[in-house]
Amino acid sequence: MSSYSITEPSPRQKWVAGTLVILYAVITILPLVWIIATGFKSPSDAISYPPKIVFEPTLEGYVNLFTTRTRQTEEYLAANPPQTWADEIVRQYDMVIVGPSRYGERFLNSVIIGFGSTFLAVFLGTMAAYAFSRFRVPLKDDLMFFILSTRMMPPIAVAIPIFLMFRSLGLSDTHLGMILLYTAVNISLAVWLMKSFIDGIPREYEEAALIDGYTRFQAFMKVVLPQAATGIASTAIFCLIFAWNEYAFAVLLTSGTAQTAPPFIPTIIGVGGQDWPAVAAGATLFLIPVMVFTILLRKHLLRGITFGAVRK
Amino acid sequence: MAEVRLTGVTKRFGRDVGIEDVTLTVPDGAFVVLLGPTGAGKTTTLRLISGLETPDAGEIAIGGHVVNDLTPAQRDVAMVFQQYSLYPHMTVRDNLAFPLRSPILKTPKDAIAARVREVAEVLHIAHKLDNKATALSGGEMQRVSIGRALVRQPQLFLMDEPLSSLDAKLRSDLRIELKRIQADLGATLLYVTHDQIEAMTMATHVGVLDRGRLVQFGPPKEIYENPASLYVAGRLGLPRINALPAGLFPGAPAGAKTIGLRPEHIAQGEGQPARVVRVEHLGDQTRLHLTLDGHDVITLTDVHTDLGPGDTVAVAPRNPLYFDARGARIT
Repeated sequence: MSSYSITEPSPRQKWVAGTLVILYAVITILPLVWIIATGFKSPSDAISYPPKIVFEPTLEGYVNLFTTRTRQTEEYLAANPPQTWADEIVRQYDMVIVGPSRYGERFLNSVIIGFGSTFLAVFLGTMAAYAFSRFRVPLKDDLMFFILSTRMMPPIAVAIPIFLMFRSLGLSDTHLGMILLYTAVNISLAVWLMKSFIDGIPREYEEAALIDGYTRFQAFMKVVLPQAATGIASTAIFCLIFAWNEYAFAVLLTSGTAQTAPPFIPTIIGVGGQDWPAVAAGATLFLIPVMVFTILLRKHLLRGITFGAVRK
Repeated sequence: MAEVRLTGVTKRFGRDVGIEDVTLTVPDGAFVVLLGPTGAGKTTTLRLISGLETPDAGEIAIGGHVVNDLTPAQRDVAMVFQQYSLYPHMTVRDNLAFPLRSPILKTPKDAIAARVREVAEVLHIAHKLDNKATALSGGEMQRVSIGRALVRQPQLFLMDEPLSSLDAKLRSDLRIELKRIQADLGATLLYVTHDQIEAMTMATHVGVLDRGRLVQFGPPKEIYENPASLYVAGRLGLPRINALPAGLFPGAPAGAKTIGLRPEHIAQGEGQPARVVRVEHLGDQTRLHLTLDGHDVITLTDVHTDLGPGDTVAVAPRNPLYFDARGARIT
């Protein structure tokens, strides 16, 4: 069964609808385009007024993002000719590259913590949701409400207790600490979303598998999980988006080893003046993983949102 | 193949009765049809035998072994559900092979392929083996789910209204097919249905359930001709048995409250006058809707009858069944 319309829209209606959609798309995409474009501008182009639409692209922002640089004397510069294209870019400011910046590490931290906590939240959430959906759990409704209630307060409201707790447990500024924290915040969403998906999978599938010679766990793996793929995909996207973009806890609880990219990106601007292109380059790269993840799973996401919403 | 024995089996769902103290022996190789309205406990009985539910009391034995504590997988039964039973993310071939690939059977690959093909041929779905399960029509889906039960050659087949979602033509084809398969395999089969043609044509035994209790169990002919109660009499026969006050005709035994007259058990041309309300020509039979002292009566008449609405015809009982005030049979 595919979608249908009661009456075919007239050409004028189609034209109006098309224009509105394009207009909306432009409004939405413009900031994104601006950030991407700024990443390829020189610092002076980035802050020029009126803003430059057409500019000469440069990788300066990206070089600055990934490197640390120092100013050198002319004698030193003359004695050491530039080795790479990146060296040449920084030479125009009489600088040399002395090493990599922290951005790579911070980005990797974001990947580890974001995907790690997403995996844990979805894994535990799916297990819990299956139990709530299929078994007679004592106080089921109360427990489900309790799980939901953990999200009724903005998480940052308990920032100080968590800060103290993390300090005494030695979890401050560790990957494990951040993964646990984001998992805890996301798990109520995961349980609720997954429960509605699993409720929507008829029990008969598993019962058929039980009779066909499989254990409950095998039936879960072979029959329920493939059916729940849509729900898992959309739940994973929601969890990843939260963990990936989280800023407040990251600022508070991480500083060195486990710092994620969001609190790091603003600090780029302080290194040698207002380096907007480097900030924009950092933001652009930071956008990519969630974008790729979402595009890969978009079919599931769209179906998942409507499916989950309609279901009783 | 195996005999199935239930002894005093009871299952409650909270305060609702699933089945109550059911004792029943299904002989090896029997085709048993369970009859009863929705909520009578037919599906619960199948689920208890399959192991999807555990009884609150009583004992279930398959092939002489008590299976109360066995998982569904260990009981070696196959079940066809009313709907939803195909795994939608798999192809038809994988659906059919699924039971054979289970950790309990662990069938070798080439044996699976051969068996799947064999079953697919029998059910006329060989050309659809590589389709996704969701890309089939209703009839094809149900044939695949019957096929999934057949691939395994289990001790016992359980079928819960397997034909109810199919159209009339396919239903009658599959009815014959199922009966043939059962006879060929000599399989024991428990079958739930609302459809009395299925019950009469396929069953070797019929069990009638009323609010969780087994009220009569026997060959379909016996259930039809010798019902233990008015309730059982009403479960078989189409048009349904006419239940009339016993005093309407002379000759009722003492204590009789109701006289039960099957449509073919009404003689015409003698006895009480009744007015014709409607004549239904069905081709192979003609049904006569009568009113007798304000009671509706349905009977059969000559296919080429001249009777029409408003005519009067005299009717008298032939081989009537009498029931007391509680609905129990008086013989």
